[in-house]
Amino acid sequence: MAETRAPAGDEAAVSARARALCDAALAGDRRSLARLLTAVENRTALAEAALRRLYPIAGRAQIVGVTGPPGAGKSTLVAALIAELRRAGRPVAVVAVDPSSPITGGAVLGDRVRMQAYSSDDGVFIRSMAARGHSGGLSSAAAAAAAVFDAVGFDVVLIETVGTGQAEVEVAATADTTVVVEAPEMGDEIQAIKAGLLEVADIVVVNKGDRPGAHRTAAQLQAMLFHPTSLEAPQGRSVPKNPEVLVTTAATGEGVPGLLAAIDRHRSSAHDSLGSQARLKRAEAQVWAVLVDRLHERVRSLEAAQDESAGDASIAPGGLGEGAARAGGGGSTGAGELLRAVASHQLDPFAAADALLALLTGDADRPGGAGGRGTR
Amino acid sequence: MTDRPIKVLIAKPGLDGHDRGAKVLARGLRDEGFEVVYTGLRQTPEMVATAALQEDVDVVGLSILSGAHMTLVPRICALLREKGMDDVLVAAGGIIPDVDVPALKESGVAAVFGPGTTIHEVAEFLRANARPRD
Repeated sequence: MAETRAPAGDEAAVSARARALCDAALAGDRRSLARLLTAVENRTALAEAALRRLYPIAGRAQIVGVTGPPGAGKSTLVAALIAELRRAGRPVAVVAVDPSSPITGGAVLGDRVRMQAYSSDDGVFIRSMAARGHSGGLSSAAAAAAAVFDAVGFDVVLIETVGTGQAEVEVAATADTTVVVEAPEMGDEIQAIKAGLLEVADIVVVNKGDRPGAHRTAAQLQAMLFHPTSLEAPQGRSVPKNPEVLVTTAATGEGVPGLLAAIDRHRSSAHDSLGSQARLKRAEAQVWAVLVDRLHERVRSLEAAQDESAGDASIAPGGLGEGAARAGGGGSTGAGELLRAVASHQLDPFAAADALLALLTGDADRPGGAGGRGTR
Repeated sequence: MTDRPIKVLIAKPGLDGHDRGAKVLARGLRDEGFEVVYTGLRQTPEMVATAALQEDVDVVGLSILSGAHMTLVPRICALLREKGMDDVLVAAGGIIPDVDVPALKESGVAAVFGPGTTIHEVAEFLRANARPRD
């Protein structure tokens, strides 16, 4: 996943540093945990080494996604859930994602403002993350950050998405339980039956329950989202979820114990075959994400190697080395040339992709080439 | 990645309830390409230090208009050192008399930005002085 791949000589040093950070974080050192999260966020080589160590330990935490439109009360609800979980003595971590500026890359991360009561409590760890151009409501590092929290022993990881509209459903592929937070009077029944965000909800919360219309909104959502289980789809067809609809007032804590109970109920019911299917889907998504990253990286280094051999001054971002250079510079159809051919409509994108794949697989087959770097 | 954004915590320690300046700076630094975590009002030094640690920020910016800076700022600097964050750049802003600046710098503050400072000046200072990290 790393964009800054370490040269072979540094690899041992990186893995030693990763091991030291992991060991310290697992022993409860919060500074090391914070540093690991930074590495994960910056997608460094150290992060990959650390995640490889931590992934086998993770898998015990309950990962809960909290999503919904801006201003519905996600952060306040997360703060109320923290309070409820701490009352039960359960350690809780939060990954709070806010959007990055598409213009400057900067961000204002303001979710902490609602969650500041727990600074001296070692059982609470809150980390803000900027989405950094990743669409879908999360940062591309959110799932990996949750895995780190999971591995170091947090019982519950709450992932708060950026304010979402109708279609940012990525959180559902990351969390065990997806809570969609709505505010009263956000739309009529037609909004409720549109495809998208509400479909991925395991639990729908109408927050700001003290506002007029909250219970009416909840009743409407309940009616429109209900899926009679008697109408089971034929085998193999995906069945719509049948979410619980709850009303909370996060600012006062009203309804929050009920929400936590619903989250726990969903967790135990998710331990059946449907749950394992969801986990399989999540694993697939994770592997694909890494695969796509690696493919990107290798195509980029093919381009760069070719540009270099063509006397261009541009520098390889990853510097994959000789294997790529040989593959890219050898033939008359390098990556850069393919892209230029597509840009000028001399070649169609499908043929270019096929040619790139052929280049890459040829490269991977080379003994001792770039394909051989999977060793631990 | 060397071009990753610098991460800044903007904190309001103490009891004054005026955070317009902190918000303007947060927004301004966003426009300068920084990732800014804002803590909200009325933070204790412990809250600021915990937030800095959990967020693993490169810079801690403290906005104080209450006059309590000689108590709060050294305490926060000491807590950061205690938590192993001695490599974090600390800057202060707000209403801080010139006579207090040397003592604040002594306690670990890299710069004090008073009224009239432009956001661009702050951004340039942070870019030049926040230590590069991996």
